[in-house]
Amino acid sequence: MISALSSRSSSRRTSTTDASPDDARGLPAGPLALVLAVALLAALTAAVAWGSTSIPPGEVWGVVWRRLSGEAPRPGTNDLIVWQLRVPRAVLAALVGAGLGLVGTAVQALVRNPLADPYLLGISNGASLGAVASIVLGLGAGGALGLGLSGAAFAGALATFALVWAVARRGGGFAPLRLVLAGVAIGQFLSGFTSYLVLRAGDEQQTHSVLFWLMGSLSGASWPLVAVPAVVVPAALLWLQARARGLNALLMGDETAAGLGVHVTRLRRELFTVTSVLTGVLVAVSGAIAFVALMVPHACRLVVGGDHRRLLPVSALFGALLLVVVDIVCRTAMDSQELPVGVVTSLIGAPALLYLLNRRLGSDS
Amino acid sequence: MRIDIEDLHVAYTGRTVVAGAHLVAAEGEITGLVGPNGSGKSTLLRSVYRHLKPTAGRVLLAGTDLRELTPVQSARHIAALPQERGGDFELTVHEVVAMGRTPYKRAFAGDDAADRDVIARALAGVGMTAAAGRRFTTLSGGERQRVLLARAFAQNPDVLVLDEPTNHLDVRHQVELLALLRTQRRTTLVSLHDLNAAASVCDRLHVLHAGAVIASGPPRQVLTPALLAEVFGVRAAVVDHPLTGDPLIAFDHRAPAGTETAAAAEMATGG
Repeated sequence: MISALSSRSSSRRTSTTDASPDDARGLPAGPLALVLAVALLAALTAAVAWGSTSIPPGEVWGVVWRRLSGEAPRPGTNDLIVWQLRVPRAVLAALVGAGLGLVGTAVQALVRNPLADPYLLGISNGASLGAVASIVLGLGAGGALGLGLSGAAFAGALATFALVWAVARRGGGFAPLRLVLAGVAIGQFLSGFTSYLVLRAGDEQQTHSVLFWLMGSLSGASWPLVAVPAVVVPAALLWLQARARGLNALLMGDETAAGLGVHVTRLRRELFTVTSVLTGVLVAVSGAIAFVALMVPHACRLVVGGDHRRLLPVSALFGALLLVVVDIVCRTAMDSQELPVGVVTSLIGAPALLYLLNRRLGSDS
Repeated sequence: MRIDIEDLHVAYTGRTVVAGAHLVAAEGEITGLVGPNGSGKSTLLRSVYRHLKPTAGRVLLAGTDLRELTPVQSARHIAALPQERGGDFELTVHEVVAMGRTPYKRAFAGDDAADRDVIARALAGVGMTAAAGRRFTTLSGGERQRVLLARAFAQNPDVLVLDEPTNHLDVRHQVELLALLRTQRRTTLVSLHDLNAAASVCDRLHVLHAGAVIASGPPRQVLTPALLAEVFGVRAAVVDHPLTGDPLIAFDHRAPAGTETAAAAEMATGG
C-alpha cells in the first residue's frame, strides 16, 4: 500500500519504527526543490535546442551567455532563432507554469478547497472575453497575437475582478462559498458573450486564432511579452511565501486562523487581489491553459505535504517544469502544425491526477 | 491571566446574539459556559478569540481591552479551539500543531529549535507524539481533538478558549479530554453541552440565556432544578454523584419541564 509518493521520509523527530500506511509526512522539500530546479534547467535547454532546426545544447548556452554578457552575437550561428524565438518562448512557458502552480495553490487556500482552480473565480473568462473581443472586433492593435491582445485580455481580467469583488465582498470577508458562486456565475455570464463573439467571427482564420487562444498557447512569446510575468510571478511568489503561515491557518478555518492572530478578512481580500492580478497576467500572455493550476498544487501536496512554506516553491518549480516540457511536446509532436498547450495539459493532466488520487485512496484504506 | 467580559454585545450574521453579557474567567480556573442551543455561547467565545468584533461592551485580558492589542498580540495570550474541522489539505499532525507558533513568527521565518521543542512538548502533553507524522485527516475524532488542543498549547497561551471541545466524541474521549484540561491549570473558558461534564470539571459556571448571563457561580449553586426547568426546559433532580460527590443532574427524559403543570392546567380548565 505504501506508494512512492505517500511513503514517509524519515524525519528528524519522528521515530522511524511506526511505518503506518497513512503516515503522510512529505518528502524533504529541499532536495526535491533542487532536483526540480536542475530538471527545469535541463528542460529549458531542451526546449531551446529542439525544434525544426536542432541546435546543440552547447551552442544554446553560448548564445545565451553572449547575449547576457553583452557581447556581439557571433555571425553565422543560430543566434536569432535561439535568442529571439526559442528562449523567450521557453522562459514564458516556465513563468506561466510557475505562475499557474502558485495561483492554484493560493486559490485553493483562499476558498479552502483542494479542488479549486483560479478559473473558478471567473477572472479567466473575463480575460478570454477581452482577448476574443479584440480578435473579432479588432479592438486591439492589429489583432495578431501581440501586445494589443494581451492588453485587452488583462483589461478583461481586471474588469471581471472588480465585478466579482463587488458581488462577493459582502461583509468584507469574501467567504469561500460566496466567492466561488460569484466567480462561477459571472464567469459563465461572460463566457456566454465569448461564445457569441466566436460565432460572429468573420472568417475561418479568425475563428481559428480565437479557438487557439482560448485553449491556451505560448506561440505569441516574445521578449516584450515575457517582461510582465517576469516581474509579477516572482513578486507573487515572494508575497505568498511571506504569508505561508497565514495560508496554513486558513486551511483549518477562519475561526482557527483568527485565533492564531491572522487578520482573516484582510488576508482574504489581499489574496483575492493577488491571485486575480496573477491570473489576469497569465491568461493575458498565454490564454486559459487548462488543468495546470488545479493539478500542480494537488500533485505537489501529495509529495511534500500541505504546509505552504514548502508547497509554494515546490508548486512553482513543478509548474514551470511541467509547462516547459508540455510546450516542447506541443511544438514537436506534429510536423505540420503546433498543438495548443491547453489540449496537451488536459490530455496529460486529467489521467495523471486520477492516477495520483487512486494511489492516495489506496493508502487511506 | 484573567478574562473579564463587560456588557458584551455581539452580532452574528446581522442578528444580535450576545446582548449585555457579563462574566469573569478567573486566573487558573476552569470557567464553564452553559446554555441551550442558540443562547450565544459560541458567539461570545468568538469575540474572545477575536473572530467577531463586539458591537458594544468589551473583553478584557488581564485588565487590558482586547481592542488595544493587535490580533497577533492577543493570540500570544489567548489560544482557541473552535468547532471547525478544516479541509483535507494533506497536513500532518506535526504541521497542524506547528501552526500554534504562527503568532510568534515573522514572515519567512522557519521553526527554530525552540519552536520544535514547544511543538514536541505540546504533542507529548496530549499523548500524540507517535502520531506526529500522520496525516491529520486520518485520525479519529478524539485524536483530532487532542491534536487541535496540542496546537492551542503550542501557542503558549495564558488563556484557553474552547468551544464544545467534547462534541462528537465518545464518552471515554470526552473524559480524557476534560481530564487533560483539568491538569493544565491555565485560565480556561469552555462552553459545554453536557451539563454533568460541566458540573464535574468547571470551577465556576455561567449560564447563558438569550444572549445574557443569567446565573453565575460554582456548579452546585447554579445548577438547580428551577434553573434547569426555566433555562433548559427540562425536568431534573440534582443529586450527589455516588463516585465523585460532584453534583449529578438526573434528567427526566420522558417529558420536558412544564408538561405536568400544563396537564394540570388543562384538567383545571377542562374540568
